[in-house]
Amino acid sequence: MEYLIGIQGQDFVLVAADNVAASSIIQMKHDYDKMFKLSEKILLLCVGEAGDTVQFAEYIQKNVQLYKMRNGYELSPAAAANFTRKNLADYLRSRTPYHVNLLLAGYDDSDGPGLYYMDYLSSLAKAPFAAHGYGAFLTLSILDRYYRPDLTRDEAMDLLKKCIEEVSSASISRRFHLHYLHLFNLFHL
Amino acid sequence: MALEDICRFKDRHHKWFPFSSLEDTDTSLYMMDYFNLRWRGLRTSEKNSAIPLDFFTPPSANSASFCLPNHSTTVRRPFPLSHGTTTLGFIFQGGVIAAADTRASAGGLVACPAVHKITPIHSHLVVTSSGSGADCMLWERILTREIRLYQLRHRRRLSIRGTAKLLSFMLHPFKGTEVCVALTLCGWDKEAGDCAKDLEDSYFMSDESSSADVTRITDSTSPKSGPKLIYVCSDGARLQGDIFSVGSGSPYAYGVLDGGLKWSLSKDEAISLAREAVFRATHRDAYSGNNVDLFHITAQGWSQRKREDLKEEYYRDMEKRSKDRRGKIKRE
Repeated sequence: MEYLIGIQGQDFVLVAADNVAASSIIQMKHDYDKMFKLSEKILLLCVGEAGDTVQFAEYIQKNVQLYKMRNGYELSPAAAANFTRKNLADYLRSRTPYHVNLLLAGYDDSDGPGLYYMDYLSSLAKAPFAAHGYGAFLTLSILDRYYRPDLTRDEAMDLLKKCIEEVSSASISRRFHLHYLHLFNLFHL
Repeated sequence: MALEDICRFKDRHHKWFPFSSLEDTDTSLYMMDYFNLRWRGLRTSEKNSAIPLDFFTPPSANSASFCLPNHSTTVRRPFPLSHGTTTLGFIFQGGVIAAADTRASAGGLVACPAVHKITPIHSHLVVTSSGSGADCMLWERILTREIRLYQLRHRRRLSIRGTAKLLSFMLHPFKGTEVCVALTLCGWDKEAGDCAKDLEDSYFMSDESSSADVTRITDSTSPKSGPKLIYVCSDGARLQGDIFSVGSGSPYAYGVLDGGLKWSLSKDEAISLAREAVFRATHRDAYSGNNVDLFHITAQGWSQRKREDLKEEYYRDMEKRSKDRRGKIKRE
């Protein structure tokens, strides 16, 4: 099962996703990237049905870029999240709904960091921490227990590692290669 | 294409091949047809008991303008269609190997023991197919046509990644229908030459600045030229990797491949590994069998080995085992 997790701190958002692309019982790829960079300060993490994820995420990605080209400045994370949700909602009752679960992580220069949780029914919630997948059932309680709004980056990394350990040990078959991305400076760990 | 003419296939609303609407009208005869077209309703063949001749795309959210007759409800299949297969592809230091069995099964029947599951698209691209045989044949032809048209229009060959993306976009309207196509594109990208811009990822918006940066950050590891292996499926999945096996026999093939595959294999070792993987899969999987086709793709293009009967491989294997056993008994 695919897994996404995000933790918001005071001036950063830490997100992670597993790296496995599977097709029924076979792991087809071990280094699959589930993060889509919408702009310099916004990341979209997308899991769900096979083709829908890439199609939808790339569609959102290109549209956010188009906004920047047309208007000269980038969309804020809140605006990008609402735009994404609107698209999901529009397709939801069409003949081709997109079955994708998303986390959008962004940093707004005036509002600070933001983590937005979206699911395939096009619900949207700004949350201090969030997770998707079966792993979410295992780790939300860990996050509830240890999360504080004033986490430093190292503390957030430790919390993330705790969650990942839990998912790796309790998960049935998946081998996890977690791929961390620390939003503020956008470097890969 | 002849097939297209027989099917009276007319891409009226550019849903399938939106790229054809990007070209100039004076450069192509194709476009003239579209302007003269009217919606004439369903045309049926008088001779063949009213089989609909027009080839419809399934109704999608975008087509609000016209209502299709009720072809969205799927037609019941007359017999179980062919799905069983073992195909595989992997990259090693000497290029790309593509291998597949040759059995087409329809339920429990071997519909054909000598099918070609690996089809060349152009001199440096070969596609292995699995899923529904008819769908794969059709989509391979469509892909070949589109790649050739691209080459004629843009005077350069589309890269393998671009080909995969094109195929994926063409298959997208059929997601959710019973189209079942799982293709592995195995090929070698030549050096870009004079074309500097990376066209594949920004088909609909060619822009220098941010869009190119955005896509580059997500796949900074893959070089522009060299061997490529991309899996495209009618579900919409599009995965680039170093080793793929598709079909009902793929778990068995993975077992052999994952153990034996190394980057530094020689060409002969790689070919015998591929043959062994297909053999083991056909031994265990009922829906794979008969012969094995092997293709080797390098910078010089693809080359095909003579089709080998796996029966011979089986006898060789049996012979080896009995020799081992005799050797063991002698020693004891």
